[in-house]
Amino acid sequence: MDIKAYIILSLVLFTIGIIGVLVRRNAIIIFMCVELMLNAVNLLLVAFSKMHAMSSAAKASTNFASDAQIFVFFIMVVAAAEVSVGLAIIVMMYRNVHTIDVNFLNRLKN
Amino acid sequence: MSIIQIIFLLLSVMAVGSALMMITSKNPVNSVLWLIVVFFAISGHYILLNAQFLAIVNIIVYAGAIMVLFLFVVMLMNLNAETEPIKNRRLQLIGVTSGGALMLIIVSAISKIDVEQLVQINAGDSGLIKVLGMNLFKNYVLPFEISSVLFLSAMIGAVVIGKKEEIDIKK
Repeated sequence: MDIKAYIILSLVLFTIGIIGVLVRRNAIIIFMCVELMLNAVNLLLVAFSKMHAMSSAAKASTNFASDAQIFVFFIMVVAAAEVSVGLAIIVMMYRNVHTIDVNFLNRLKN
Repeated sequence: MSIIQIIFLLLSVMAVGSALMMITSKNPVNSVLWLIVVFFAISGHYILLNAQFLAIVNIIVYAGAIMVLFLFVVMLMNLNAETEPIKNRRLQLIGVTSGGALMLIIVSAISKIDVEQLVQINAGDSGLIKVLGMNLFKNYVLPFEISSVLFLSAMIGAVVIGKKEEIDIKK
């Protein structure tokens, strides 16, 4: 499989995430689109790590090729921590303004 | 066309189609369920790349824990298609146009370069649990321990943000 196929697939998923953030007004859907973008980047990192595993430098030691997958693992760890705090913030926002429309969050505007 | 390419195409169509359904469906509960389908498709890609550990962790952590948390919050707020915020058509058109333009520019730039790097499919042991575990607990043990502190602070932060401010009312 060519690396370009994986680059284009991750790019399409990432762009769908960006469009979702720009188009939707629901705070939870925007947060889910951020998760989609994180996953697109994770997929690209794993594909690059498997591309690197084909090179001659990586064949000497397998640790060398699995570093990127450790990195993806830590991205998942940070994403899990981020989701718990972010959802708590959204719940607090819902409690204060009784809506999750991001257009109502304009108190800092003037 | 080999069987690997057919599986790759099927999983890609599944991921992109479900992602499109996620951002277009009116009901937030349907959006959450479509995002779970996207995560399963990405896990299928990981299995195709022989990154078995990440495939399992992706299903357990993302599709299992995080999306259940999302579903819990959506159902707690009783969101449905009627409570969906009213959208501005012009802003939607601008968003789709700018996002599509970004994608077109990067795709055209990538298709210009002529790298013929191949990705190791369905082979190699760099993604197995044994190799990853040895690497994680030998070379990356300090970040692993620090991430436990991160989880503790995230838990305390979620509790502090989420509780009602009764102390201020009493004063």
